[in-house]
Amino acid sequence: MSDRKVPPPSGANNLFAEFDPLKGKRLEILDQNGTLTNPAWAPPLSDEQVLAAYKMMLLARVADLKAVSLQRQGRLYTLPPSIGQEACAVGSALALDRDDWMVPAYRELGAWLVRGVPLARVYLYFAGSEFGNVYPPGVRVMPNSVPISSQLLHAAGIGHAITYQSRKEVVLTYFGDGGTSEGDFHEALNWAAVFRCPVVFFCNNNQYAISYPRAQQTRAKTIAQKAIAYGIPGIQVDGNDLLAVYRATREAVDYVRAGNGPVLIEGETYRMGAHTTSDDPSKYRESAEEAEWKPRDPLLRIKRYLIAKNLWDDARDEKAREEAQAQAEEAFREAEKWPANSPDEILTHVFAQQPPEMARQAESLKRYLAWKEGR
Amino acid sequence: MAVMTLLQAVTSALDCKLADDPNVLVFGEDVGVEGGVFRATEGLQKKYGEKRVFDTPLAESSIVGAAVGMALAGLRPVAEIQFDGFVHPAFNQIVSHLSRYRYRTRGTRPMPVVVRFPNGGGVRALELHSDSLEAVYGHIPGLKVVMPSTPYDAKGLLISAIEDDDPVIFMEPKRIYRAIKQEVPEGIYRIPIGKARALTEGNDLTLVSYGALIRVCQQALVEAKKDGIAVELIDLRTIYPMDSQTIVESVKKTGRLMVVHEAPESFGVAAEIIARVSREAFYHLEAPPVRLCGNDTVPPLPKSEDIYFFPPERVYFEIKRALES
Repeated sequence: MSDRKVPPPSGANNLFAEFDPLKGKRLEILDQNGTLTNPAWAPPLSDEQVLAAYKMMLLARVADLKAVSLQRQGRLYTLPPSIGQEACAVGSALALDRDDWMVPAYRELGAWLVRGVPLARVYLYFAGSEFGNVYPPGVRVMPNSVPISSQLLHAAGIGHAITYQSRKEVVLTYFGDGGTSEGDFHEALNWAAVFRCPVVFFCNNNQYAISYPRAQQTRAKTIAQKAIAYGIPGIQVDGNDLLAVYRATREAVDYVRAGNGPVLIEGETYRMGAHTTSDDPSKYRESAEEAEWKPRDPLLRIKRYLIAKNLWDDARDEKAREEAQAQAEEAFREAEKWPANSPDEILTHVFAQQPPEMARQAESLKRYLAWKEGR
Repeated sequence: MAVMTLLQAVTSALDCKLADDPNVLVFGEDVGVEGGVFRATEGLQKKYGEKRVFDTPLAESSIVGAAVGMALAGLRPVAEIQFDGFVHPAFNQIVSHLSRYRYRTRGTRPMPVVVRFPNGGGVRALELHSDSLEAVYGHIPGLKVVMPSTPYDAKGLLISAIEDDDPVIFMEPKRIYRAIKQEVPEGIYRIPIGKARALTEGNDLTLVSYGALIRVCQQALVEAKKDGIAVELIDLRTIYPMDSQTIVESVKKTGRLMVVHEAPESFGVAAEIIARVSREAFYHLEAPPVRLCGNDTVPPLPKSEDIYFFPPERVYFEIKRALES
């Protein structure tokens, strides 16, 4: 390739120079009391936009709590709660334009909702149906990716295709702190950097890979500093600060859209819930630690900010919560109405056309089912 | 028509599809400037530019993983892995995503991807340059697995593979890359995936093989013919979806079946063929089906290669034995 050299960040991206990972600085705009401590970097969002973002975070929180509760009742299967990570999810996803792409891991509920994934589909997926991966046409969100960090290469490939076709979209992809130890994390950042693919790599550093703490995952001081090895910008942000997450992602999106190659963002957050509903965090972390993170709840912070600006109050908050609850209930009802799969369903969509051997298997299955029916 | 080796037929197929479809990209390690370690992509970067035909970083998982992403964005990537044994680092992407994406998304996100690589042994190579894992790929739901045995088939099958809306593992028998020359059309033509072909007709024995071993079988049949043995040699061409019908029809006529492949015997393609024939033509069998396969061992380094990879004489020997039973 003739132009593989990565250009220095332009003047418009002095955020990346200011928060160069080697300086050990982290972007924070709102403190945990909701006070604007860093107005210089506050994003140009209107009050209405911040309020809408908060409502989206609230919906994600309520929908997540409902999902966990439904799982406990046996009405949903194992699922990964996203409580505590709403600012990372919503703040980053809001930085995308309509035609941009999202390649999630599996704990990005708030991001899915921002991008137009119907909540009913999310519930349907965790109710055990692949139809939960089928989104409305035009929603460029890829399905849950279970093998850790494997999806980052898909983001690189989508970015590659965008560059090849001289299109202007960008790709936002997610992974966790544990995911940075996977080989595919390295391969994806390397590929995207080499070919200058328009990809924003967003690390939800929620401090745990199931039971394994962030401090043991890598000797690197921050995850953001791993960007340096790939010759790309990296930035660490307070992942529980909606404004900081949005600001950094917005800058990154603009930077990659301009053809400068990828950016690595580390959102420092906390997985307030379990890894999945099958996990018990009390086995590996102290409740004192959980208590320490509680006041840093991303919803609390933005709510205090809105109240201080006289844009919000407890009564309206209560009403918004009730509305979110109703929305989640309606979505679950819709998911529950989804019909049971026919036997044909598991033997289709493996290939565009069913091979003869699979047709024989389908016949065999139906023969048994017919016999069973008549018993 | 031009006379081509199997290798040149592969290049010609890539050339035709690059010219035909702007969504086709060809990439892998050393495929650009160098034209591939076997020269399968010789001259293509010069002809189509470095956006269409390009070298990648040395990372197989990213070659297949990026191909998955490209397919999601509407392209038809043709990824080269340099050797059979180097596919292993990309195995996660193949098994966890490439083969499953269509199913996972109920047909809404298909994977029109070809992963092609030189396959099998017999060229005095280094370790992990002689593997033959077609049974492994054939076992994974969602993958088509193809292995041609002639230049003509290689080109026609590779064009079909590139045009296929499902992922195809395209295994090129490196042992015969330059061994056979054949008249091959210069333009686009297609050999359907999932269709075997009878190369000879005979009533005494059905002999099924594929890839480089077809040539070994053909050489064995020269001697067998002198003995008056009439063998029906079937080239499987596609491992999955397997054309068992062609084999079953033949066995109904001959009553005897022998399957030959260089991959290890246990849990191999021969076992699958024999299971299907037993199901469909059990009462036509006059003797237990026979398999002549690689031993359940590691493909050895060159000093032992001739012991592991059997010659035509061994096939002849086993045919004689099979007919005595």
